[in-house]
Amino acid sequence: MREVNLEINEGEFVVLAGRSGCGKSTLLRCFNGLIPHFYDGEMVGKVEVCGLDTRQHPPYILSQYAGMVFQNPDNQLFALTVEADVAFALENLSFPRDEIKERVDQALKIMGIEELRDKSTLELSGGQKQKVAIASILAMHPKILLLDEPTSSLDPFSAKQLIDTIISLNQKHRITILIAEHRLEMLLPYASRIIIIDNGRIVLDGNPREILEKYDVIPYGVSVPRIVKVVMHLKKTLNNSLIPWTPLSVEEFVDIIRRWEEK
Amino acid sequence: MIIFENVEYVYPNGFKALNRINLEVNSGEVVALMGENGAGKTTLLKHLNGLLKPTSGRVLIDGVDTRHSTVASLSRKVGIVFQNAEDMFFSPTIQEEIAFALNNFHFPGDVIRKRVDWALKFMELEEYREKSPFLLSGGEKKRLALAIILAWSPDIVALDEPTVGQDILQKEKMIQIIRQANQQGKTIIISSHDVEFIAELKPRIILMSKGRIVRDGPSEEVLTDISILQECRLLPPQIVSLTSKLDFLGLKPKLARPEEVANEIARRVRHLVNYS
Repeated sequence: MREVNLEINEGEFVVLAGRSGCGKSTLLRCFNGLIPHFYDGEMVGKVEVCGLDTRQHPPYILSQYAGMVFQNPDNQLFALTVEADVAFALENLSFPRDEIKERVDQALKIMGIEELRDKSTLELSGGQKQKVAIASILAMHPKILLLDEPTSSLDPFSAKQLIDTIISLNQKHRITILIAEHRLEMLLPYASRIIIIDNGRIVLDGNPREILEKYDVIPYGVSVPRIVKVVMHLKKTLNNSLIPWTPLSVEEFVDIIRRWEEK
Repeated sequence: MIIFENVEYVYPNGFKALNRINLEVNSGEVVALMGENGAGKTTLLKHLNGLLKPTSGRVLIDGVDTRHSTVASLSRKVGIVFQNAEDMFFSPTIQEEIAFALNNFHFPGDVIRKRVDWALKFMELEEYREKSPFLLSGGEKKRLALAIILAWSPDIVALDEPTVGQDILQKEKMIQIIRQANQQGKTIIISSHDVEFIAELKPRIILMSKGRIVRDGPSEEVLTDISILQECRLLPPQIVSLTSKLDFLGLKPKLARPEEVANEIARRVRHLVNYS
């Protein structure tokens, strides 16, 4: 990371984009204290999460505010049952028994995986495992959810389901989302902000619609949704007034065209 | 040529991963196996070099029945790049990693040096040749795994989920590499659920679900059949989903470049505007 200055407000839905190795994961790891506490290397500057200086507070405290979901759920799950996995961190932090039960129930419910409670995590599909990983973090009642390419090993259907759940965590439960992900076509219509990182620097930061309208982001390794490419091309050939704003999903685009047709 | 005849495979725990697979792939073809996680794609790939042998039925690679051959000798013809590239690595440096199989296949020393150089160059890994494979980034690890296989030049190259964890630039590079290897006459078999990647590559597609082949045809046909894709828990490419929802403009679901679709929409919209 080089000269990163950043402020993220409560309730934002932030997508981190950029080519592999650009620094997305490194940035995420700064928010739950894995950097500077766990990784070697040198950190200059200061990171504050929910008012806590990450240098002064260990990851086990910070992770109660900002919980991380990794690419490979197998690295995150280890208990014999789903329930035990979701309860693990709370038990470690010596929460009272009743409260653990209540929080585990709630987390399983939010993620829609109550029926998996007694299953072994070894029996689960990739998508289910990721949901358990998220549930185990939700049980900590975090303000912020950090997700590092959570759908990369999932098939498209499971990925869509997981992303829909993440969207509802933001919209219904007001959890701040910071997600590094290549499947932008599923996320951008719901994201409040996109931060594009290149070679450790933030090169673009703003509303996804505006960023995609104004800048060519392909050289940064950002996969522009095909629909946006169609729109950009259409804007060149047609009168701009026909497409007053840039749709980010097929549904938004079809809506605009239907309106022309009605006219 | 690859032939699967009535192949069934049952894992030791009783799970039937392949169910009556009949399949022919000619040399020089590019084929994508698509389907949800657990559909049987990887199990099928592992039959190509004899890592798995059919519980019933048979697999023939250029006429050789895999049940009567060894992984070592089949590997000379079939190279598989696994999804988790790291599983393939164990040498202290990248160049030794690439040379390992060549040594095992008893290539002469000067040929090994030439092939290692060629593979490093082709995959743009030259600057790292003395580095440990484990220090590479995710995308570079994938390229190294492919370099290892291409160095011994098997006729058939199988790639298991080559785009997982790759950014768009790396995916474009992967498409170039696949096309180049194919132009050199290699048969390419890819397992993938990355529909946008496959839509770009446009190979023959074999759709799998629950251990069976449910559809086999060109990309233009398979990827525009939205109902069968959904049955296999795949989502159509965004362009197909767009064109299918513009039926009121007279468009049909199709696989095309964004510019082509934009031009077609523009034509129809001008038509609408002129007549209104």
